[in-house]
Amino acid sequence: MNLQSVPLEYYLTLSAILFVIGAVGVLTRRNAIIIFMSIELMLNAVNLTLVAFSQFFGDPGGQIFVFFVMAVAAAEAAVGLAIVLALFRNKQTVYVDEVNIMKW
Amino acid sequence: MLDLAYLIPLFPLIGFLITGFFGKKLKSEALIGGIASAAVGLSFAVAATLFFTLTGLPADARSHTTYIFSWLAAGNFNVDVAYQVDQLSIVYALIVTGIGTLIHIYSMGYMHGDKSYPRFFAYLNLFIFMMLNLVLANNFLLTFLGWEGVGLCSYLLIGFWYDRKFEGVNIRFTGDAANKAFIANRIGDFGVLIAMFLIYKTFGTLEYNAVNTAAAVAPPDAGIMTAIALLLFLGSTGKSAQLPLAVWLPDAMAGPTPVSALIHAATMVTAGIFLVARNATLFALAPDAMTVVAVVGVTTALVAATIGIVQNDIKKVLAYSTVSQLGFMFAALGVGAFTAAVFHVMTHAFFKALLFLGSGSVIHGMHEEQDIQKMGGLKKYMPVTHRTFLIGTIAISGIPPLAGFFSKDEILWMTFEHGGHGPMWIILAIAAFCTAFYMFRLYYLTFGGKERFDHHRLHPHESPVTMTLPLNVLAFLSVVGGFLGVPYALGFFASDHPNLLENWLGPIFSQANGILGRGEHHSIHAIEYVLMAASIAIATAGILLASKLYKEESEKPAELARKFKGAYNLLLHKYRIDEIYQALVVSFIYQFSERFLWKVFDVKIVDGLINGAAKTTQSAGESLRRIQSGVTQNYALLMIAGIVVILTWLAVG
Amino acid sequence: MLQDFLNSAPIPLLSALATLVMLLDAMKRDGARIVFGFSVFSLTAAMAAAIYTMFLPDKTTAFNNMITCGGYGAYFDIVFCLGGVLTLLAARPFLLASNTEHGEFYSLILFSICGMFLIAHSNNLLTLFIGIEVMSVSFYILSGYLRTSRFSIEASLKYFLLGAFITGFLVYGMALIYGSAGALGYNEIYQAVQGETGARFPMILLLGMGLLIIGLSFKSAIFPFHQWAPDVYQGAPTIVTAFMSTAGKAAAFSAFIPILAVLTPESSSPVAAKIGMLLAVLSAATMLVGNISAVVQKNIKRMLAYSSVAHAGYMMMGLAAGSVRGASGIVFYVTAYMFMQIGAFILISALERGSEERYQNLEDYAGLAKKHPVMAALMSVFMLSLTGIPPFAGFFGKYYLFTAAIESGYTWLTIIAVISSVISVYFYIGLIVAMYFRESDVQEQDSRPGLAGISLVISAAGVIILGVIPQFIDKIAKSLF
Repeated sequence: MNLQSVPLEYYLTLSAILFVIGAVGVLTRRNAIIIFMSIELMLNAVNLTLVAFSQFFGDPGGQIFVFFVMAVAAAEAAVGLAIVLALFRNKQTVYVDEVNIMKW
Repeated sequence: MLDLAYLIPLFPLIGFLITGFFGKKLKSEALIGGIASAAVGLSFAVAATLFFTLTGLPADARSHTTYIFSWLAAGNFNVDVAYQVDQLSIVYALIVTGIGTLIHIYSMGYMHGDKSYPRFFAYLNLFIFMMLNLVLANNFLLTFLGWEGVGLCSYLLIGFWYDRKFEGVNIRFTGDAANKAFIANRIGDFGVLIAMFLIYKTFGTLEYNAVNTAAAVAPPDAGIMTAIALLLFLGSTGKSAQLPLAVWLPDAMAGPTPVSALIHAATMVTAGIFLVARNATLFALAPDAMTVVAVVGVTTALVAATIGIVQNDIKKVLAYSTVSQLGFMFAALGVGAFTAAVFHVMTHAFFKALLFLGSGSVIHGMHEEQDIQKMGGLKKYMPVTHRTFLIGTIAISGIPPLAGFFSKDEILWMTFEHGGHGPMWIILAIAAFCTAFYMFRLYYLTFGGKERFDHHRLHPHESPVTMTLPLNVLAFLSVVGGFLGVPYALGFFASDHPNLLENWLGPIFSQANGILGRGEHHSIHAIEYVLMAASIAIATAGILLASKLYKEESEKPAELARKFKGAYNLLLHKYRIDEIYQALVVSFIYQFSERFLWKVFDVKIVDGLINGAAKTTQSAGESLRRIQSGVTQNYALLMIAGIVVILTWLAVG
Repeated sequence: MLQDFLNSAPIPLLSALATLVMLLDAMKRDGARIVFGFSVFSLTAAMAAAIYTMFLPDKTTAFNNMITCGGYGAYFDIVFCLGGVLTLLAARPFLLASNTEHGEFYSLILFSICGMFLIAHSNNLLTLFIGIEVMSVSFYILSGYLRTSRFSIEASLKYFLLGAFITGFLVYGMALIYGSAGALGYNEIYQAVQGETGARFPMILLLGMGLLIIGLSFKSAIFPFHQWAPDVYQGAPTIVTAFMSTAGKAAAFSAFIPILAVLTPESSSPVAAKIGMLLAVLSAATMLVGNISAVVQKNIKRMLAYSSVAHAGYMMMGLAAGSVRGASGIVFYVTAYMFMQIGAFILISALERGSEERYQNLEDYAGLAKKHPVMAALMSVFMLSLTGIPPFAGFFGKYYLFTAAIESGYTWLTIIAVISSVISVYFYIGLIVAMYFRESDVQEQDSRPGLAGISLVISAAGVIILGVIPQFIDKIAKSLF
């Protein structure tokens, strides 16, 4: 089956669904690492949109953007895991709802 | 010559910089006070020189603007730091610097030995600088700078003795009183700010002359004019302590007494009158707003005067009296008698500064005692203070030929002629009666009668010459100041233009008077003589009532009661007559003013409004902080909600 | 190619120097003092380069239209560098006092400024994205810099999770704009949006714009995306908060202005009106929520954090106005805000002297005028300026923005802004009252701000100079558009 034959809307809908799944994951999971995985899912959903548009326009810009999103996601992952590690050392927990000494 | 106007605010600024930054190093009190006083004195000299230069010019050339530098320039919008010397601003500048100088000199004696002596003079000089910016500015923005500046200085000076206890509603320390003043003022400032935006939007400029001329030539929509005038007036009610924002002034008495005299009686509180007078044309084009001004002025005059009757703190009596007199001035503005208002600003500055400084001298001599029930008989201890205070009291009561008579009488007459021939005049007349009454009550309780203080603890003494000298000068001015505005009806002894001040200020208000359809000359009415006689009679009645109740009140009864029981009963009987009298008239006013006006109106309603606004904000803050739960995912949830709402609105709406 | 490097001099220069700083730190143990000196030098050099490029002709671009050069971007470069220098000078005594001075602190500040440079210069969504991420990732680390402090680490975690979360939306927005306009470059987007046919999918474009505005709103702490700010600003090391809350906010607004100009070219179009209304509503809600929440705060950093939320709301008025006056008003405000806010936070950091307990609560400031008269006076200047009282910088900042909003017909927004400024008097002046009119029974030894003193004096001077001759900066700001 030719890739061209799949309409743009399908890609967009799929990526929107993936994005929403990721967002719901962020809202519902307590574990900081799983929250971060959900965020990665959201970013990858966006990547799908970018690639789909890129393919649709025949313009490479979108695909290049995807590379950068992936690179940035990797950087964020490194920093994020370091932060979670420091948090665990400090408070012996990775559950975000237990991290609320600052409020109001 | 007139370009030297910039010198007027410059000297106090220099004084402020010296006393503010090197005050601690100068060490010598005389030097610090001397520098500060000299700075203001030099300003006065310059202002006087400019005044005489102006008098040498033809009447229509007596307005000169000195550009210092361009302050804001944005496209066609341009605001300069520029000082406008004209008939109105020079009168104000003379009052501010003249009385300012006297009060600086007075303060050298009054503040002697205070640990923050340099700070006090630095604030005082800064205040004079800001006040001069306010009155000399040629545009709204520079006036607003001064307006905010004097508010700040007032705030700093009210709280000068920030750790002293101070009695008041919801107030325990002087710092709280300062806060109250600041908040009330900010509500007013908010009005001025919006008015400035509206003026700029309507006229495209913020220069007084341009705005007023543009308004006179092509009056914009009446609704806009009313809004602008009312917003400006809102600012005035804050600064000049009119209802409903009057509450702060009596509490502002927490500050040192010279401050009360300078800022809270003679100068800053009259800034509201200045703002209205400066924009007389704008107000003349908004008749509805004029009515509001008049009604607020009259109401304030009466309410404050009646409250003044029951106060026992010497400074609070004077404070309510100031509020009441400011009400007179606004009443005059409201009926279009701009000259009369400025005239009363001037005479009031003389005698009220005198009274406050006199009270300061009393407080000084009595070692910080302010309760008049614990004074009495000070006549023989403080002869100079007594004599000058009496002059001030007579002047404010409105007995001719002292200053207060002329200005108050002009206001009464103008409200009669232009304010509906009756109701306003009657209310103001009652207020004038109360004024005479409570001022003489104050006078008798303080200086007359028996000595009610503890002789072992207190040794009243006359104040030093630095304090009595200003008292004498102000007493002199309070006596003769009124001759600047002799009414036309009494003009038979000065052939041509007996009302010098009206001639002087005439060109400033000619536009406004033209709009209001006021003629240049007064015809002499027989009715004016009648009213004049009535106002003298009213004042005399107030004085007589006060002397009947207070002159001898505390002397004999307690002393004789022990020695002669029979005679005591007789005296008691005499007192019963007084009691009936009191029950019928005074007590009613007492009760009404204490129970309702003071305890309910002032405390509950007006204070309540201001405290209520603060409480509402507080509780809104308390509930808003609940959504800040500290849990990250709740934040994310609010974000998602926001995103959904925004996107839906963008997509659908 | 060489011309491109010269025209965009601050960016490659600072990137190279920042990398060098990092390497220097890695190679020289215990060389923090040298790293500090070199960092300050780097920022000064970048600032000089920015001033040099300031005078390039309009609309100069570099690297295939990826970035703009000179003018607008260069002005912001100067502001960022200034903020960086002020922060660095105050950071050293702060870090020494808490015994946590490491070279990477300085290089992280430099990297975040590199990101800001890219943001201000971006002429392509890709550049904008990279700039935002470089800045944000540096900020995540900086806010958790005191990694043994539970406050600092909590701030870092919250900032990171929420920041990464919103990055998803931001990129989604960019993807949708790309999908509608068919290109990532601002020039192409501008043409596509303006063209006769308009964008290919107007609805997708609208949603993309919405998401982009949301993403940038998060970075500038606009309601309802502001909730991270109080927690992060409170928990992060004070000196980092000083930098984040000023330069970070300035960077977000430096992205806002050009992208909105590109996306809503005709201010009369229905789309522009809709976006304008959205921004106005966000602005109004932000200043009310910020100021009202600040009223009840007891912790001074938290209070200033809420106040910084409110100030973002004021700045957004300029965006809602959508005019040159609005944009130049923002530029002025950003500059003024840089001085007053950074000054206030640096002052707190100087008083803290490395402890997370000292001078945290408002009551700790009671009687400060007696203990540290100069500090109290400086703090009063900053507070009065934040309140918006003339003749300080904050007054004119507000003044320009308010006039801009009125000129664009948002009178109601101005009224809300004035009301919320009146509310803000309560807590700003409350601090002054505490410092001057309340007594404290705590005795303490003399605190010497050291290098931070220089920052404080510069900030106070800036606040006053901008208040006395505002039209100087205003003229420059107008010339940028």
